[in-house]
Amino acid sequence: MLNPFYKQMDIINMNKIFVLFTGLSLLSVWACDSQNISKEKLPIIGNRDVVDGDSIYHTVRDFKFINQDSVIITPETFKDKAYVVDYFFTSCPTICPKVKQQEIKVADHFKDEERLKFLSVSIDTKYDTIQRLKWYAEKLEIDPNQWHLVTGDEDLIYDIAGDFFHSAIKNDDAPGGYDHDGLLILVDKNRHIRAFCNGLEPEEVDEFILDVEQLLAQEY
Amino acid sequence: MLKVKVCFLFLLIACLSMQLMSCQENPFIQGEIMYENFCATCHMEDGKGLKGLIPPLANSDWLKNNQDILACSIRKGINDPIVVNGKTYELPMAGVTALTEFELANVINYINQAWGNDYGFVQINEVRDQLDACNARD
Repeated sequence: MLNPFYKQMDIINMNKIFVLFTGLSLLSVWACDSQNISKEKLPIIGNRDVVDGDSIYHTVRDFKFINQDSVIITPETFKDKAYVVDYFFTSCPTICPKVKQQEIKVADHFKDEERLKFLSVSIDTKYDTIQRLKWYAEKLEIDPNQWHLVTGDEDLIYDIAGDFFHSAIKNDDAPGGYDHDGLLILVDKNRHIRAFCNGLEPEEVDEFILDVEQLLAQEY
Repeated sequence: MLKVKVCFLFLLIACLSMQLMSCQENPFIQGEIMYENFCATCHMEDGKGLKGLIPPLANSDWLKNNQDILACSIRKGINDPIVVNGKTYELPMAGVTALTEFELANVINYINQAWGNDYGFVQINEVRDQLDACNARD
């Protein structure tokens, strides 16, 4: 039998703890809600110049690639749409499968979303022919309406990588012969970069999905 | 009311300690670390592979039926197409030369028992014999 005094103390402490927990959970619900209401637009990422009082934002240059179905891909392909860009190569023995797995997660999430497309640029212009890209797309069950795997002029592919904030370098010492990153980049209809994530980190990719949803909801 | 709360706390502590204990019960810790470092970028942490590009290790008939060549396959890679659960996989696998015989045994025992697999165990001398056999062949 407990001493009645201690019993009394226990009840008071217990009740205090429960009140505290309830308060905290209510507070967190409120914090989440207020965040949703006053959400600012996604930033435009990159350096900006000011010309005659106007901000000139970092913009992706013109490009012309060719995809797995021999279709020419230009900025016109993504007119009034947003798209996700990654750099890869089909024989990549390191990070690519994992990044592709995460990118497939994003693509599946936006399956019926006509306003969002995907662009995977191969940095192996020798080996990744159109046929090879087609083979790769079929193996990954990629929807050709949603996702373009492209090759093209080698100089353009390496030069434009910087526009997409990707790094791509030929390096005979690297596994597979190329150094590159596993970033997923979100480009908007004005060719500005609006969000990115590390395709090797599933939690970052989940956040990225929310960013894409936000962009589509606020600006399309 | 107090009794209910005490019971709830007790249950919570019991659950937590059971979880901690089950962590320590994993006998393939080193194999798991090796797997995560050398295999998981392609075969994925859940062993499911990637669609038609990279074959699964979880619930894989190929893994089950090719126990006698696993050590060699991991060390030297696989160049010819293989059929796993009825599906043909063509992408070559790069060999992992960094693993020692002990590490190979550990990683094989891990993939043989992870994700619900139950494909038996390999001893270090068996790994050694396998490697000797394929080294002699090459």
